[in-house]
Amino acid sequence: MSQVLLAGADLLGRGRADLLIADGLLADPASAAADAQRIDAEGLIALPGLVDLHSHLRQPGREDAETIASGTAAAARGGFTALLAMANTDPVTDTAEAAEHVANLGRRDGRTLVVPVGAVSKDLAGEELAELGLMARSAAAVRVFSDDGHCVADGRLMRRALEYVRAFGGVIAQHAQDPRLAGRDACCHEGAISGRLGLAGWPAVAEASIVARDVQLAELTRSRVHVCHVSTAETVDVLRWAKARGVAVSAEVAPHHLLLTTDEVVGYDPVYKVNPPLRPAEDVTELRKALADGTIDAVATDHAPHARHDKEHAFAEAAFGMLGLETALGVVVETMISSGALDWPGVADRMSTAPARIAQLTGQGRPLAVGEPANVVLVDPAARSVVDRNASSSLSRNNPWHGRDLPDPVVMTFWRGECTYARS
Amino acid sequence: MRHLLSAADLKLDEIETIMDLAEEMSLVQGRPVKKLPALRGRTVVNLFFEDSTRTRSSFEIAGKWLSADVINVTAKGSSVSKGESLRDTVLTVAAMGVDALVIRHHASGAPWQASQWIDAHVLNAGDGTHEHPTQALLDAFTLRRHFRTTEPGLLDFSGKRIAIVGDITHSRVARSNVLLLNTLGAQVILVAPPTLLPAGVDSWAAAVSTDLDEVLPVVDAVMMLRVQRERMSGGYFPTSREYTIGYGLTLPRLRMLQEGAAICHPGPMNRGLEISAEAADAANSLVLDQVAAGVSIRMSILYELLGGADDSPPPGHREAVVHA
Amino acid sequence: MTDLGADSRRIVLDADQIARACARMAHQILEANRGAEGLVLLGIPTRGVVLAERLAKAMADVEGVSIPAGALDVTMYRDDLRRQPTRPVGHTHLPIEVDDAVVVLVDDVLFSGRTVRAALDALGDLGRPRAVRLAVLIDRGHRELPIRADHVGKNLPTAADERVSVRLEEIDGVNEVTITREGALDHAVAGRI
Repeated sequence: MSQVLLAGADLLGRGRADLLIADGLLADPASAAADAQRIDAEGLIALPGLVDLHSHLRQPGREDAETIASGTAAAARGGFTALLAMANTDPVTDTAEAAEHVANLGRRDGRTLVVPVGAVSKDLAGEELAELGLMARSAAAVRVFSDDGHCVADGRLMRRALEYVRAFGGVIAQHAQDPRLAGRDACCHEGAISGRLGLAGWPAVAEASIVARDVQLAELTRSRVHVCHVSTAETVDVLRWAKARGVAVSAEVAPHHLLLTTDEVVGYDPVYKVNPPLRPAEDVTELRKALADGTIDAVATDHAPHARHDKEHAFAEAAFGMLGLETALGVVVETMISSGALDWPGVADRMSTAPARIAQLTGQGRPLAVGEPANVVLVDPAARSVVDRNASSSLSRNNPWHGRDLPDPVVMTFWRGECTYARS
Repeated sequence: MRHLLSAADLKLDEIETIMDLAEEMSLVQGRPVKKLPALRGRTVVNLFFEDSTRTRSSFEIAGKWLSADVINVTAKGSSVSKGESLRDTVLTVAAMGVDALVIRHHASGAPWQASQWIDAHVLNAGDGTHEHPTQALLDAFTLRRHFRTTEPGLLDFSGKRIAIVGDITHSRVARSNVLLLNTLGAQVILVAPPTLLPAGVDSWAAAVSTDLDEVLPVVDAVMMLRVQRERMSGGYFPTSREYTIGYGLTLPRLRMLQEGAAICHPGPMNRGLEISAEAADAANSLVLDQVAAGVSIRMSILYELLGGADDSPPPGHREAVVHA
Repeated sequence: MTDLGADSRRIVLDADQIARACARMAHQILEANRGAEGLVLLGIPTRGVVLAERLAKAMADVEGVSIPAGALDVTMYRDDLRRQPTRPVGHTHLPIEVDDAVVVLVDDVLFSGRTVRAALDALGDLGRPRAVRLAVLIDRGHRELPIRADHVGKNLPTAADERVSVRLEEIDGVNEVTITREGALDHAVAGRI
């Protein structure tokens, strides 16, 4: 592989330097070969490759909606060099064999590192533990387990899972949704809008009460819990309390919860139907504050592609989920950088370093220093574009940002030294 | 008028026009030839995803008495079977060349979504727990006739107090009525056990009470809503008898009503649960009048939507649908 | 500035002439029917209804019995419904059944004949009259259908671009029939601004 010299990039927004990519690693720029490809990175910021803790790649089972190839292509476009593929595929990733299958597909087709997430319970049924140990020992080396899409609602099962993964340093990532307070029908934040629109309400307490229980279970079991897609101010309050007590809890927020509110649902457009639902502006404000001060550790896309025919139903019957990989960084720039709530090193932490740490990915989220793996994304802090859902690497089109003018920062993505995306 | 999706779509003068027209339409019922040629050549499709013999028949007769061609399509649309998508169903029906689609669906918002996909006029015949504007119109029409028996010159409902009692949370009739009665100038009072009051009800243009006995003596009309016994399994109230004793229009409660106060019910009634037989059959019960008014009101609305020049938007146009 | 209004608008029937025309028509209707038996006057809204009431009163004065008068709205039967936004519908009032009655349709101006055609269709859905007759205050010609009036207050030859306005006191506060040239009307309006 020939060398690539990124000349004059601003490293994490802290200062200009050259970066040399050679043999998949960052090397001393002074040792650049004469035939090294020179890329003028003047005005661009270099970040460690982004890491997504939460993506749905739909393969195996729903290759009509997305594949590992198309999903990771979208991820590379969004500046990601690694992503965690959630277990709610068909079949569910609840065995070592299934996990290794996903990892192999990732090695074969992926434009990013693809790390399979293992289910917590068999078939995501929430009743019996899945083979967590075997998945951890497999070649896929699963460390993050989640029934995402479903809540591990049974307190005893959650306790057992947390205890069990302590043996190999795993983490249970919870989709917090008390099924008795917010059932399968719940599709809109419970409040004035759900009441007026006649949509089944999804109250904040259904999320926060599960998180409150889980952080105490994590404390009891001396194990690690991760909270997926935090959507409410109430949950943020619980996280603050738990972290102050020293509980090993981490949390992620999705880009859509940082910018979109429940008002979007008023036209009954299913592109805005997501689980957990869009919340009022007050929650959006608290989520941004929590991301800024680190109470929420990471941004995770919850990229959820859906075939058109799964979305073109009445709102209450349409599938839950939005695309997110290609627009994630743009939304974070719009909501956090523009307001000064986060700086570029902060963004690098929330979207690369912290997720890599939570997922225990040793080669990701590393400093941009000589000897480190060449997982780099070059971004143009000033670039903007109008989002066109049809100009997407994803196979799906359920894009809530279509038509919006948003920052469009990713210029080039390098994974293990190879360029996986370059803006034309 | 392009669509009738929400009771909030109508301004006061439009409501009055529709009701005045319904008076004229009601005369057709007594004629030897129950036909007006106004909608000749227009095609109306009743696209019902939810069973409703009464509402569908009402729309069917209304269309036929106006000489429209009326077709009934019963669509399967369970949330479990993800067969043909809603969009496919709507587009397939519209592709046959219909002028108006009358949609009843078990999911809130379906008519709004449909109006984004097709050019035909869309009429909401009841969507989930959201709205039922034609019901609200026929309720108002029936009430106006009742009020005019003592106040012949009555134009709107200013100064009238109207209570809506029952499962407000799951009632599209309640939502549409709150909107329409407010436009007509009435003061609306919602009465229900706390578990059957929807989230955010305090932001509605209505007073809220959990005490029916306090409200009944001061209202000019009371609208009883049907309560589904299945709500007991959702934990909304413990037993039927507790509901009836707390919120039913029992015989003693019938006596609390002012002289001349009207009793309404959108039907079908659970006699003995939310409304006693005595109340349903009382002299001031308008229940049968409501049923009779259904055809006239629907004729009026169909004429308003389809009786004039076709004002379909140019191709490619999609109105932004913003719910007030 | 010359006032063009006065020249282009002329009164063709004043209050007295209208009254005399009505009285004459009332006699004619009774004569053609050999009395009041079976008669019902149905005016086409809006001004036809007023004329029907006036005729009924005049006939009642002559015969000494009351003559039923009502209204027949024909909006739904128009042949041009699709050419305009939805038209408001007027009130229909049938004082007696039309079956076997002698219905006298009453309108202010007979022009193309389409309104009367619509009225005949409307009547057909209401029953089967023994006979239908037509009484109009003004017949201005330019028929587009084979329709003729049985009783006419005044025959008024007009140009197609002229506008005939009938004003009746009960509605307009004054009794007169005027004819206006359309173009001239615009000038008259402009002159006043």
